[in-house]
Amino acid sequence: MKKILVIAEHAGGKLNASTSKVVKAASALAGSEIAVAVFAAPGSPVAAQAAQIAGVTRVIEVANAVHEHALAAAIAPQIAELASSYSHVFGPSTTFGKDLMPRVAALLDAPQVSDVMAIESATRFRRPIYAGNAITTVEVSAERIVATIRIASFEAAGTGGSAAVEAASPTVAVPTHTRFVSLAAAGGDRPDLQSANKVISGGRALASSDAFKLIYSLADKLGAAVGASRAAVDAGYVPSDMQVGQTGKIIAPELYVAIGISGAIQHLTGIKDARTIVAINKDGEAPIFEVADIGIVGDLFTIVPELEKLIDASRK
Amino acid sequence: MNSSQPRRILVAIKRVVDYNVRIRVKPDGSGVVLDGVKLSINPFDAIAIEEALRIKERGQADEVVIATIGPADCQATLRNALAMGAQRAIHVVADSPLEPLDNARVLLKLAERELPFLVILGKQAIDDDNNQTGQMLAALWNRPQATFASKLELTDTSAKVTREVDAGLETLDVDLPAVITTDLRLNEPRFVKLPEIMKAKTKPLATLPLSEIGVAGTVRMKVQKTEPPPGRQRGIMVKDTAELFAELSKRGLV
Repeated sequence: MKKILVIAEHAGGKLNASTSKVVKAASALAGSEIAVAVFAAPGSPVAAQAAQIAGVTRVIEVANAVHEHALAAAIAPQIAELASSYSHVFGPSTTFGKDLMPRVAALLDAPQVSDVMAIESATRFRRPIYAGNAITTVEVSAERIVATIRIASFEAAGTGGSAAVEAASPTVAVPTHTRFVSLAAAGGDRPDLQSANKVISGGRALASSDAFKLIYSLADKLGAAVGASRAAVDAGYVPSDMQVGQTGKIIAPELYVAIGISGAIQHLTGIKDARTIVAINKDGEAPIFEVADIGIVGDLFTIVPELEKLIDASRK
Repeated sequence: MNSSQPRRILVAIKRVVDYNVRIRVKPDGSGVVLDGVKLSINPFDAIAIEEALRIKERGQADEVVIATIGPADCQATLRNALAMGAQRAIHVVADSPLEPLDNARVLLKLAERELPFLVILGKQAIDDDNNQTGQMLAALWNRPQATFASKLELTDTSAKVTREVDAGLETLDVDLPAVITTDLRLNEPRFVKLPEIMKAKTKPLATLPLSEIGVAGTVRMKVQKTEPPPGRQRGIMVKDTAELFAELSKRGLV
């Protein structure tokens, strides 16, 4: 039987939705035991949340004040200690998992499969290379396999689980050479970009930070998260955590509306799992139209306010 | 740190298919077409070189050493890096690509020889998109890592690094030596001028066979098949906002 250790991602006392998706991916290996490891400060409610994910066999909680903020250097050696009896160690392919899991793999002398989009067997995985322009099938031969799971490729596992939560205290020394200083979150009340059902994104054609108000306004009407192209981020219209694409966030919402985004390959990589893509662009030749389910050629500064009015009218 | 030791930055780079090339998958599924394709320094690694050079130019380092692991013909890539302004280069000759953990093992050996106070690498190579080597080196070296850096400030003994994370911008304070991996917004790499290209031809470039480094290069991950991604179908075009709204309503999206 395969034993899979899933590393939970969380912040502010809340389990990140990525964890449930990693559990779902792990459950592709039928008959496996799935344990979720939670590294959190004492008194954190996260372990209890992880216990409710369907399919989780048990939750291992490592409570320590140093885990107030997740630091790869602090967590990795403890995971390596806990992982000795597991065949697989999975984390999400978010910045948390991308930072952490290779450090774990090196300590375990295990190969890592990055950005797993499908699990074909306990040793066979599919993953994208070249910014998603090619998909490889990889066969791994190793005693233990580390992987990061591309969360846009998996649904969330259900809830209703009631796994036992066990406390663990790894004995390995926690290094002090790495210290958390601060986190500047763009935040706000909008849904999280990575897990939102609807995402409205703006690009270079917005031409100013001020013009992004159009995007925010439409997004708020639809309960959508707001994203941006790299061009809009580089131009300083919006902060970097809003970037969608190969080097930003890879997302899979039900609805993705690309406004004034031409559709560079790197951007398309980040949205190709979206259910419905809508493109609004004044250039009818823009590559975004090659992948859009619904396209409209025209001036975004006219179309977006018109669309918002029509939405308003339909709700009266 | 020993004050007689030059303050050295090691930058690890990889030669990859140029980011402007639209790659094609071979019809037989055995990989992507590499023949006749333009090869360049991985863009994230160019940012790593630039950052190291800026640190040296600020007087916070004495020497920038570039290392790469690859076949004999990738020395041109190292010459480009030297032309940007690095002092010397190390070419670890490996005829076939190594897995990330073995790359990290090679870099560990170089770090033990060169005793850098910083190792800077791109966060990922844009061919394999693995995003592993820097973190693995940090683990094997038992040193801090600050990945996805968009800002780097140094003191004599520590680095304050701002990282691009999903939740925003995280700042870490790490002891030196440390491993830093670069994100896109750390800097904009300089263009190389012709006189520098000429000058780079005479800069020291050491060649080390993989066997001399003592890393075997085991293959534990075998690519069975490479396929093009499933394409998306081009959808419909609507002529005005009213039609757009009607279409969105029909699909239950507004």
